[in-house]
Amino acid sequence: MRTSIIVTAIAVMAGGSASALAAAPAAKPLAFNPPALTSIPKGKFGAEVKLGENIFRHTTVYAHGIIGDALNCSNCHLNAGALADSAPMWAAYTAYPAYRSKNKKVNNFGMRLQGCFRFSENGKVPKLDSQTIVALEAYSYFLATGAPTGAKLAGRGYPKLAAPPKPATYAAGEAVYKQNCSLCHEADGSGQYVRGQTVFPALWGDKSFNWGAGMGSIKNAAEFIHANMPYGVAGTLSVQQAWDVATYIDSQNRPQDPRFVKSVAETRKKFHDNKFSMYGKTVNGHVLGAQK
Amino acid sequence: MSRALIRVVAAGAVVSMTAISAGSAAVPPQIASCAACHGAAGLGDVGAQYPALAGLSAAYIEQQLYSFKHGTRVNAIMKSMAIPLDAAQRKAIGAYYAGLKVPAKPEPDPLPTGLGADIAMNGEWGNKTTGLPSCDSCHGPYGIGVGAEFPRLAGQPKAYLADQLIAWQKGTRKNDPLHLMTNVASKLSAAQVQAVAGYYASLSANPTHLPKPGDAKGGKK
Repeated sequence: MRTSIIVTAIAVMAGGSASALAAAPAAKPLAFNPPALTSIPKGKFGAEVKLGENIFRHTTVYAHGIIGDALNCSNCHLNAGALADSAPMWAAYTAYPAYRSKNKKVNNFGMRLQGCFRFSENGKVPKLDSQTIVALEAYSYFLATGAPTGAKLAGRGYPKLAAPPKPATYAAGEAVYKQNCSLCHEADGSGQYVRGQTVFPALWGDKSFNWGAGMGSIKNAAEFIHANMPYGVAGTLSVQQAWDVATYIDSQNRPQDPRFVKSVAETRKKFHDNKFSMYGKTVNGHVLGAQK
Repeated sequence: MSRALIRVVAAGAVVSMTAISAGSAAVPPQIASCAACHGAAGLGDVGAQYPALAGLSAAYIEQQLYSFKHGTRVNAIMKSMAIPLDAAQRKAIGAYYAGLKVPAKPEPDPLPTGLGADIAMNGEWGNKTTGLPSCDSCHGPYGIGVGAEFPRLAGQPKAYLADQLIAWQKGTRKNDPLHLMTNVASKLSAAQVQAVAGYYASLSANPTHLPKPGDAKGGKK
């Protein structure tokens, strides 16, 4: 309990300095390093943080029955959500509440997490006061210890990526995929598993995120891939290769968008009417999003 | 080295073909020589630092034999063994060892902690996407191995594992897809190499059950 009070005090102090930073003209994005995972405090609050870490790393085990695919949060937020340029939770935590055009309202952080469950995890949406959401909030709050709110943190989300020199194509992406990705994710994108645990996540198909997920946007996928993949040798793909392979991956079948209305065409018009979504487009003779 | 040679020369006497384990694939004639160091059941020899082959993927074993022959993996004994082998023989040897069972054994209780466990389970990212990922993220939980390309580390001899990491660092082993291990090993300090090799050496090659994920987290640095 005493530790949690200290943690809160640090966060409050950091929040105080944030307003000063925000007021400074043309503030450079602030570098931030999250606390070591080994410094999770003891006691009831620490236990909740630890549970959040476990849900985050081993979602298929700790959120079993809630999620509908075989992805762990940490498959897209590397190093258990602690890594800069890999959509770190410490940067997300301090960025909410915020308005989101995706659901056209101001979302608090818990609502943002609910979105991940609905789309990226293709699952049920846990209630805002459920232990799943609260534990993930506690974990994210812990990772953000000392981070200012309202400031631009370096490493938030995935780094912006320049447009591809040539238009990205499915065929070029397929070649990149075979050479750099299928070793781990398999030629059919289904990932690899041992003893029921996800080792390499599914990139498309039933075990992967649905059409409503952020990673279904070619832009998001290209940014993630360029900064983080291939795992272990990040930084070896060119800008062109990242866009090509993102186009290939996001042109495959995956679970239906849970916001589906009336028809694929209508759903595209309502939720996917942009050049980074392949939903509703015809690839290899069939319409993406039309599969059962 | 010389001890290994003596073993190989004495192979016929030490390991008769009848003592050699029959797996799910036919026993190729070369196995008597292999068994001199890797054991009649393919479980290796921890004391002499010879790795277990049983239960590794056929494709991985095949590829290692090819590499020994062609110099992308360097070991004098294994080179002399691999040179006479053709593709069909390499395939048969791979299939044989892949078909051998590894006896189930519980993980140590308590699970090891410290630097090796920390690198194995968390890596050392340094908050950069080009940092060091955890070993388990490709070799599977508790290093039990994944698919055709990511071999089991659990239960292999410590000196064997450390030697491989050093070989990746020196560039004498260079048969890794996408240069994954070359890149990853280059980020390890000498102390980390020893610690992580010791960690995996202490684990069960075939755990009776996997500890629930999240039960052990690598401990403090």
